[in-house]
Amino acid sequence: MQTTSATAEATLLDPDMEVYRYDEQIVRMFVLATAIWGVVGMLVGALIALQIPFWEANLGPYLTFGRLRPLHTNAVIFAFAGNAIFAAIYYSTQRLCKARMAFDSLSKFHFWGWQAIIVSAAITLPLGITTSKEYAELEWPIDLAIAVVWVVFAVNFFATLNNRREKHMYVALWFYIATIVTIAVLHIGNSLAIPISLTKSYPIYAGVQDALVQWWYGHNAVAFFLTTPFLGLMYYFLPKAAERPVFSYRLSIVHFWSLVFLYIWAGPHHLNYTAVPEWAATLGMVFSVMLWMPSWGGMINGLFTLRGAWHKLRDSVVLKMFVIGITFYGMSTFEGPLLSVKTVNALSHYTDWTIGHVHAGAMGWNGFMTFGMIYWLMPKLWRTPLWSDRLANTHFWIGTIGMLLYVMSMYSAGVTQGLMWRAFDSAGNLLYPDFMETMIQIVPMYWVRLVGGTMYLVGAILMLYNMYRTIKTAPKELPDPAFTTPKEVTA
Amino acid sequence: MVFTVLVTISVLIGGAVELIPMFLVDENVPRISTVTPFTPLELTGRDIYIREGCVGCHSQMVRPFRHELERYGTYGRAGETIYERPFLWGSKRTGPDLSRVGGKYPDLWHVRHFENPRSTSPRSLMPPYAWLLTSEMDLDNLDTKLARLKSIGTPYSDAEIANAQASARQQAEAMATGIEASGGPSGLADKEVIAVIAFLQRLGQDVRAAGLTAEAQP
Repeated sequence: MQTTSATAEATLLDPDMEVYRYDEQIVRMFVLATAIWGVVGMLVGALIALQIPFWEANLGPYLTFGRLRPLHTNAVIFAFAGNAIFAAIYYSTQRLCKARMAFDSLSKFHFWGWQAIIVSAAITLPLGITTSKEYAELEWPIDLAIAVVWVVFAVNFFATLNNRREKHMYVALWFYIATIVTIAVLHIGNSLAIPISLTKSYPIYAGVQDALVQWWYGHNAVAFFLTTPFLGLMYYFLPKAAERPVFSYRLSIVHFWSLVFLYIWAGPHHLNYTAVPEWAATLGMVFSVMLWMPSWGGMINGLFTLRGAWHKLRDSVVLKMFVIGITFYGMSTFEGPLLSVKTVNALSHYTDWTIGHVHAGAMGWNGFMTFGMIYWLMPKLWRTPLWSDRLANTHFWIGTIGMLLYVMSMYSAGVTQGLMWRAFDSAGNLLYPDFMETMIQIVPMYWVRLVGGTMYLVGAILMLYNMYRTIKTAPKELPDPAFTTPKEVTA
Repeated sequence: MVFTVLVTISVLIGGAVELIPMFLVDENVPRISTVTPFTPLELTGRDIYIREGCVGCHSQMVRPFRHELERYGTYGRAGETIYERPFLWGSKRTGPDLSRVGGKYPDLWHVRHFENPRSTSPRSLMPPYAWLLTSEMDLDNLDTKLARLKSIGTPYSDAEIANAQASARQQAEAMATGIEASGGPSGLADKEVIAVIAFLQRLGQDVRAAGLTAEAQP
């Protein structure tokens, strides 16, 4: 119950009642950081999308595709999706536990520490300070900082769980726990390196072993940074927005445990037909195919939660965003196992098909789940209606069409180039012996991708503007909401 | 608490099954006798290759398909990667694979190509890397690099470590002289481009020296 009415004020003073307040300021901060870094990360994405078909846009040495590509991936994964995850976790964990975050100081440390890491990434990557390991490019001092901030986050989260007034642990919390534990293991395992200077290190693993550790990390960064926390987000925010209970509790148990067990095995599918031993790649492929089912368990549980509430999509941009997000989750988690199958991978690997696949996941699933969450949270966190529903709807359509253009152009580019690489003429010679020919052929697709990506970016800018106007109409004071519970109920 | 422990165990099992045999079972990485560590100059060039993010567009891992063997050369072996820290196999070919590019073009071709890729490959989409021709190689940490690599298993001798800088300069000098003699620009001996070219010219050479073809077993 909120503290607005006189009766609520009375219960706050009742000596038999315990009062607790949720920390909403930290959620507001993470929400703002999400939107701002999202626009920055997508802007860099649009620039590097331009740099491929139009080499003149490479402004060396600092702003070339080679140096900016990791900046784009790090910004959208760790800055945009990362801050979104933290916003979701800080908002929902407090409510699911009926407890304030255990330590305000650690919450603040987490927020500012994470932003400092992002800024240091934005500085070091254009300078060429990189390990070159995908999604783990940051050099060892920043890796250490990530480990420290993550541990602080974990301490704060588990202490909050420990203080909870609600005995039952809702499914969203399971996914958060899996995220926190596994990301710590992956990050430390993959980042082990021997420093040369402050800006250079060599990994303790070499060659094939380094490759296998890297993709054990890389694949599970997708699993435990871009999938499990977003499933947690879905399990909390979707039923809230739809005002319907989750479709199946049993399904959530089954798909949770199968997902966390199976995902880890799938990494070597990134190394099909490479020098990695065949048994490892095959194992990765088999587990990737098995992973299809638990992934769709999540999608089904999400979409079926909307049974009887589909009519609400007409008026709710939040639900529309969530439905597109979950649908793209289903599509990418079908496509992922497909691409891991060796015969398909033989065609798709090294091509833009992979780029299309990851953007279906990142733009569709991570992006749209985040946008939906932000539109749902804005009126609650700033206690004023969203400035413009129409603008939010425009965001929905421009974003959806933009990402469809993006993924379709990349599928087309990938399949085209993959087929050209393997084409032989009737005499048994390569039909396109000059690599350049296979590249020139798909340049038009790169321009379509740029248009699609730019539309998606414009959508995100519209959201940022909508947020700015909403916040301007918010009340000056935003006290943390207070709740009461009878004392001595917690044992 | 119990829940957290169970989650941790579940996520550790898959990783353990796949990774531990890779570190413990030698047959997973068959050795190739001709594979030796990078020279100090090649290592310097490799680190510049890493710095510029070349791996974002160029793979270094040929797959055992007929069309890849025709296009690039023999497929990648586990044994040739044992000194790659980090591995640079890449995941995307916006440009061609480079793992067999060593010896394919003369040094001067690479100089011209870095300065302006369209001077050697008219329709290329690769951006120019002209600053590699003017910025000086940083050899300051080179002995530290070799020593640290030795501490984690790369077999550099003490003499190689002590002479790292001198060796790099010597190799660079010889290459720069050759480039000038073939009509190229002068004064490149201390420039970054020489180191990168030394690295590129090394790629695939060890496998070639071992006589490994597509048909031969690793």
